[in-house]
Amino acid sequence: MAEEKEFRIPIGPQHPALKEPVSFTLALRGEKIMGVDVRLGYNHRGIEKACEERTYIQDVYLVERICGICSHAHSTCFVQAVEEIAGLEVPKRALYIRTLIGELERVHSHLLWLGVAAHEIGFDTLLMFTWRDREVVMDVLALLTGNRVNYGINTIGGVRRDIDKEEIKEILKAMDILEDRTKYYIEVATQETTVVQRLSGVGILSCEDALRLGAVGPTARASSVARDIRRDDPYAAYGEMKFDVITDDHNDVYGRAVVRLKELLESFKMIRQSMANLPEGPIAVKAPRKIPAGEAVSRYEAPRGEDMHYVKANGTDKPERVKVRAPTLANVQAVRHMLRDRYLADMPIVVAAIDPCFSCTDRLISVNDMDKNRTDTLEWQDLRDYSIEWYKKRGVDFSKMRKLK
Amino acid sequence: MINALVAILIFPGFLFLSAFALFAEYADRKIYARLQNRVGPPIFQPFADIIKLIAKEEIIPEDANPQMFKLAPLFALTAAVTSIFYIPMWMTGALFSFTGDAIVVLYLLTIPTLSFFIGGWYSSSLFARIGSVRAVVALFSYEVPLFMGVLSSCMLADTWSLSGVAVFYEKHPWFWLFNLIGFGVALTALLGKLEKGPFDIPEAETEIVAGGFTEYSGRFLAILRMTIDMEMVVGASLLAAVFLPFGLMFTPIIGFIIYICKVLFVVACISLMRTVVARLRIDQMIEFCWKYLVPLGMLQLLLNFIIKGVILK
Repeated sequence: MAEEKEFRIPIGPQHPALKEPVSFTLALRGEKIMGVDVRLGYNHRGIEKACEERTYIQDVYLVERICGICSHAHSTCFVQAVEEIAGLEVPKRALYIRTLIGELERVHSHLLWLGVAAHEIGFDTLLMFTWRDREVVMDVLALLTGNRVNYGINTIGGVRRDIDKEEIKEILKAMDILEDRTKYYIEVATQETTVVQRLSGVGILSCEDALRLGAVGPTARASSVARDIRRDDPYAAYGEMKFDVITDDHNDVYGRAVVRLKELLESFKMIRQSMANLPEGPIAVKAPRKIPAGEAVSRYEAPRGEDMHYVKANGTDKPERVKVRAPTLANVQAVRHMLRDRYLADMPIVVAAIDPCFSCTDRLISVNDMDKNRTDTLEWQDLRDYSIEWYKKRGVDFSKMRKLK
Repeated sequence: MINALVAILIFPGFLFLSAFALFAEYADRKIYARLQNRVGPPIFQPFADIIKLIAKEEIIPEDANPQMFKLAPLFALTAAVTSIFYIPMWMTGALFSFTGDAIVVLYLLTIPTLSFFIGGWYSSSLFARIGSVRAVVALFSYEVPLFMGVLSSCMLADTWSLSGVAVFYEKHPWFWLFNLIGFGVALTALLGKLEKGPFDIPEAETEIVAGGFTEYSGRFLAILRMTIDMEMVVGASLLAAVFLPFGLMFTPIIGFIIYICKVLFVVACISLMRTVVARLRIDQMIEFCWKYLVPLGMLQLLLNFIIKGVILK
């Protein structure tokens, strides 16, 4: 075995284990992982730049589309920053509704994660069950906001839709079902032998490493780092909610699963509280079209961890700069560390355990020239010339096509 | 001559086995789906899949060894079809039988795995290579318990011929109940052979795409899929013949229905087992097979020794 050579295996950009394009190049010796090379950047969409060319109200909808799963996290984070610059006093009722939607979103995100994680370890039954039950919360979200994923409920200065008594009844009914199911899933995840065997001891991230690598969210909390923006820097109505920050000292994928599942129970608690204490009053204040000059940083505990938005206003109706730091960017550093000395079979679940969202994270396009070992940036015109050359060699001439401005 | 040809090509040979294999795949997928609260495929789905694959273009990788790449699936299919002839299905006698055919059937059932290895290895894709190596490693862990389980029942019957086993258990109708541990062991090991359930490691799609089958397409993939289905039917028939040898004295038609039920029972067990567990890692599979299955198989052998010495004397 000692003479066995290392070989490199590409996981991604297209691979069944990945839900989004990202490239992991694993150096393997037998089944053992000797090194990992992570490459992001297949999904860059230029949203930050696009935000600068749209008005604040348009940006709320654009920012919401950074992530398909934690869309509310991004839009809330953005409007919070803008409200802070504009000095808006958001009505209490709006804050409660934001909290409610945020927690419902966390429920759907964590259930989705459990299904994905189960699929990665080849336990499709759990995937089918969790995704079936996830429909319950999706229906509630559709009932409250009209959409299943991009809710569009936030606006600068409040929320766009109110909640009535009928809807509260529906939510409570759904919460009872989901709480029941979640307790069952906790049993499955902690007692089913094969699941425990596949999860425990895999992807170890010690408390010190979690702090050193700057892990956030459930990934950090599973390494006994009790960090939660909802408690540490309360926003929306979280200051008035009673809830526990779940931590776990397993430091492995098993711990991350336990943290997420127990967080679901906390979310149900918070959803019930926010409905019981829902204050009366208006749901929004009128926001000015032009936001006065200033800058603000806003933080939000997304299902995947701390989400951060920085907004700089220059007195016009368009922001001067918007900067997004999605939670995956903070966590992806830890993946390399977690994969070291593990087996190939652990790779999908270790990556899935940070609940990655790579398209939220992507932020630049660069071309790696493997032969010359350098990094080049291609301008738009270079890219166009290159593609015309490429097709010319294959007998198609695109050079006469209309030029994009 | 004509009879033999009919037996080999039509019944119970290639044609019948193909149809039954596709039906077994349907049953497996349907049960799996229903247990997962899904609707599941319609009855013609496996058949439609095969037709579709046959109609598709087959692509052979540039670096692959074309002969080996093409031959491996055929080899696997042939071995799977051949093994059915030695298994008694609805009577005490199989189509062909001789002393030691139990060993031959087990041997023939090993050939598909080795063919998958060769096919995967020669397709020169990284994923296929890892998958095929895993298939062989898995072979080392499940093969011994499978042999132990199957042969313990044969040992009780004091014969190495599957038809002889059937004759013995017809004479001693309730003796198959002694072999229940062996049945459990062999059924679990069969999951490994079929690359299903917790042992679908060689084709774990989230890790290595489709394992040894990654580069296969079109006709060859159809053959490979067919082989796995046939392996399932042959494996289930083998288990039915060795561990559930009852109801063999009726007329052929009733016997045939009982045989189908027995095979479907084994298939249902397989579906159930793969529904309730997650996939193991390859090292965990080896540990599980050698730590739990092999001792259980030994226990069954010991038990059968004692029964042979005490009761059958």
